[in-house]
Amino acid sequence: MTFALSHFNAALIFAVCASVVFGITQRNTPRDMFKYGAYCFALFIGGVIVAAWAMWLIKH
Amino acid sequence: MANPQNTAALPRNAQSKTTPQANSMATIAWIAAWAVPGLGHFIQRRWIRGALIMAAIFVMFFCGLGMQGKVYSFNTGDLLDILGFIGDLGTGLLYFIARLMNWGIGNIHRAVADYGTKYIVVAGLLNVIAAVDAYHIAIGKKQ
Repeated sequence: MTFALSHFNAALIFAVCASVVFGITQRNTPRDMFKYGAYCFALFIGGVIVAAWAMWLIKH
Repeated sequence: MANPQNTAALPRNAQSKTTPQANSMATIAWIAAWAVPGLGHFIQRRWIRGALIMAAIFVMFFCGLGMQGKVYSFNTGDLLDILGFIGDLGTGLLYFIARLMNWGIGNIHRAVADYGTKYIVVAGLLNVIAAVDAYHIAIGKKQ
């Protein structure tokens, strides 16, 4: 089975999965795990948005 | 030179975990965690952590295959291909199942397939991190 994701959806799934593993493995308590996972997710998605706008500005 | 005071300063649970039984559990934990994502946490009764790790790595691996990502085979050619193989190997049994089933060897037809290749490599790398975490739990370094 194959499927085609958009670039943003691919980045979104990547961010969710990586953030879950980072959160669980890099912190000790469930509360800290959740906070760190959310922080990583925000950085991933924020990085994607910033990079996308940077590329748009370069093009224009 | 080792300082006896440093040893005495270790947490009580860290000292008590250095028994042969704890060592064997540590070995089993990281091997199990590498072979099947999340299993290293399951055998230490970290059910939710294990389930989340298993879900995250399985989703990444199978999304990568679904996007027609490439599964690297053993090679001695390009450095990036060698590193890709090492990354893929981190997924444990998933890698060998993919190779046996001939998944991830077709021709790439779309640009997003390169994302799929990266998904598979990163799934392997995340599984290595999870295996190290399972080891740390087993030796008492982490709760």
